Amino acid sequence: MLNKNLKRDPGAAEAVGGDELLVTGGHTFSTLTDKVSGIVEKKTPSQWYLLFAMAVSGMMVLLGSIGWLVWEGTGVWGLNNPVGWGWAIVNFVFWVGIGHAGTLISAILFLLRQQWRTAINRFAEAMTIFAVITALVFPGIHVGRIWLAYYMFPIPNQMLIWPNFRSPLLWDIFAVGTYFTVSTLFWYVGLIPDLATLRDRATNVRKKVLGFFAMGWRGGNRQWQHYEKAYLLLAGLATPLVLSVHSVVATDFATSMVPGWHTTIFPPYFVAGAVFSGFGMVMTLAIIARKIYGLEDIITVNHLEKMNKIILVTGSMVGYAYMTEFFIAWYSGNEFEFFAFINRALGPYAWAYWIMFLCNVITPQIFWFKKIRRSIPVMFVASIFVNIGMWFERFVITVTSLSRDYLPSSWDYYSPSIWDMLTFVGSFGLFFTFFLLFLRFLPMVALSEVKGVMPEADPHNYSHKNGGAK
Amino acid sequence: MSKTQGVLARFANPAELIEAAKKVRDAGYEKFDCHSPFPIHGMDDAMGLKRSPLGYIVGGMTVTGAIAGMSLQYWVAAIEYPLVISGKPFFSWQAFFIVTFALFVLFGAFGSVFGMLHLNRLPRLHHPLFYSEQFSKVTDDAFFVSIEVEDSKFDEKRTQEFLASIGGSDVELVAGE
Repeated sequence: MLNKNLKRDPGAAEAVGGDELLVTGGHTFSTLTDKVSGIVEKKTPSQWYLLFAMAVSGMMVLLGSIGWLVWEGTGVWGLNNPVGWGWAIVNFVFWVGIGHAGTLISAILFLLRQQWRTAINRFAEAMTIFAVITALVFPGIHVGRIWLAYYMFPIPNQMLIWPNFRSPLLWDIFAVGTYFTVSTLFWYVGLIPDLATLRDRATNVRKKVLGFFAMGWRGGNRQWQHYEKAYLLLAGLATPLVLSVHSVVATDFATSMVPGWHTTIFPPYFVAGAVFSGFGMVMTLAIIARKIYGLEDIITVNHLEKMNKIILVTGSMVGYAYMTEFFIAWYSGNEFEFFAFINRALGPYAWAYWIMFLCNVITPQIFWFKKIRRSIPVMFVASIFVNIGMWFERFVITVTSLSRDYLPSSWDYYSPSIWDMLTFVGSFGLFFTFFLLFLRFLPMVALSEVKGVMPEADPHNYSHKNGGAK
Repeated sequence: MSKTQGVLARFANPAELIEAAKKVRDAGYEKFDCHSPFPIHGMDDAMGLKRSPLGYIVGGMTVTGAIAGMSLQYWVAAIEYPLVISGKPFFSWQAFFIVTFALFVLFGAFGSVFGMLHLNRLPRLHHPLFYSEQFSKVTDDAFFVSIEVEDSKFDEKRTQEFLASIGGSDVELVAGE
């Protein structure tokens, strides 16, 4: 079965047909339950404690940097007069973008009936939630006066003023806020049957706590019926939502009159980039997690290969968008616009542009080769390059345009301060603290969904013409 | 005092559970359920269930969300705090569609999660089936049919015999308070 599977092209049509073996290693329902539940029930591997200590230290760096920012003001950052948007927005867009892969896997691939998504969707969704939390730190702190963060929301206040609903920055609050809420609901609904699995294996206090969160799930078909409908509807709602979120983030830039930002290509190009960077992060996390927890039978090389194909597709879309931007800048005949792009590639930030170009345009092209798509060390390194490249993309877009706009007299070069850097490094600490706690306490693979795509779950598998398997 | 709550029988695999569901339905039972670790394709028809009405709940919620979103922005921008910004009209409905859409999705998502919980009568932390020892395997790899004592056709002895006759094993009388 495995050999047959390897020879065939594991593309979309095959997954729809459902005759591909998604779980290898001869697992039954029961061994699968033991494997995944065992991760949170058995002794935690020592690597986890090491990583957790590093993550918490990083989070402390973030909190310290924010504390200094609040104490001293945004002057501690490297912002200057033309470049009023620095790393804070770069990091915000970077982290929100990472979240998009989780929703793509959980919603869009669900609607497209891509059954291989079941192996990775739980932790990809968790990644989404934690990435969005990390992203939301930045708008919260970016003016350095966090006690005024409530200005972002339309709430009655003593000054009788209201936010401007024509502004994309306010759209962003609604889009990202909705995105966070919907992702969390989606994730929790998916968790209910698996929390019930953990509940049924636990005793004493642990059973009570898990039982509370499993809400009394009994796995009856009268429950599954509504549950599946809810899951489908959530996927249907989350699909246009995820496409809209990064489009709205793109309008933060595109509705302004800054050269290099004021282009209609931004929304689709941001969405492709977001999915691209998100898959890079899913890949990095999946490779580490499957190794530490021995999940090679559930997250197989076939799964990783499929993710690499998505990285190739979205990476090529991003590369295509870079070239289209250049072409349109020239074709528009607008000299400010064309200068902005020439300046990106050859100006003072050329180093950043070419890091971005190499990481985002060249790196994914190696996945045209099947051998490389299935090589774990290569894809691990490539996935990190993708994330570096996508961070630089946001840096290039934000900083090059602001530092060289219409008036040469107001040009200036932007360099980050140590506090910019510590805040960014610390944001990884925050993200990984959440993520590691998730790995430690919740089932990282969607058990009921993985069981549902095994051949044994299909009633037709037991008909007499198949020899009555089992 | 312990009181009979229903009957539980175990079946070997999803195919047998579907067959059992058809037979229980055809025998005229109404208050029964088929439990499995994952949803089984074709079970709704086998049990004779009607379509889930959740879509109507979510449909209503999305429309409510969209109306709420547009009204909020109309009230803020045109009534409570009219301010000319970039020469745009007070009620710039085109620009307001983004937030309207976000609230459409947000309300719809709340509708689908809380609507689902309501239709499933969850959270319900205490249920007679949890008195059964073997029922804890339902979230692992076991398949069960349960028939409730409230069913009009329920009879302690005959219902147990019936479930055994259609291939159920470990037939058990579930009793609790």
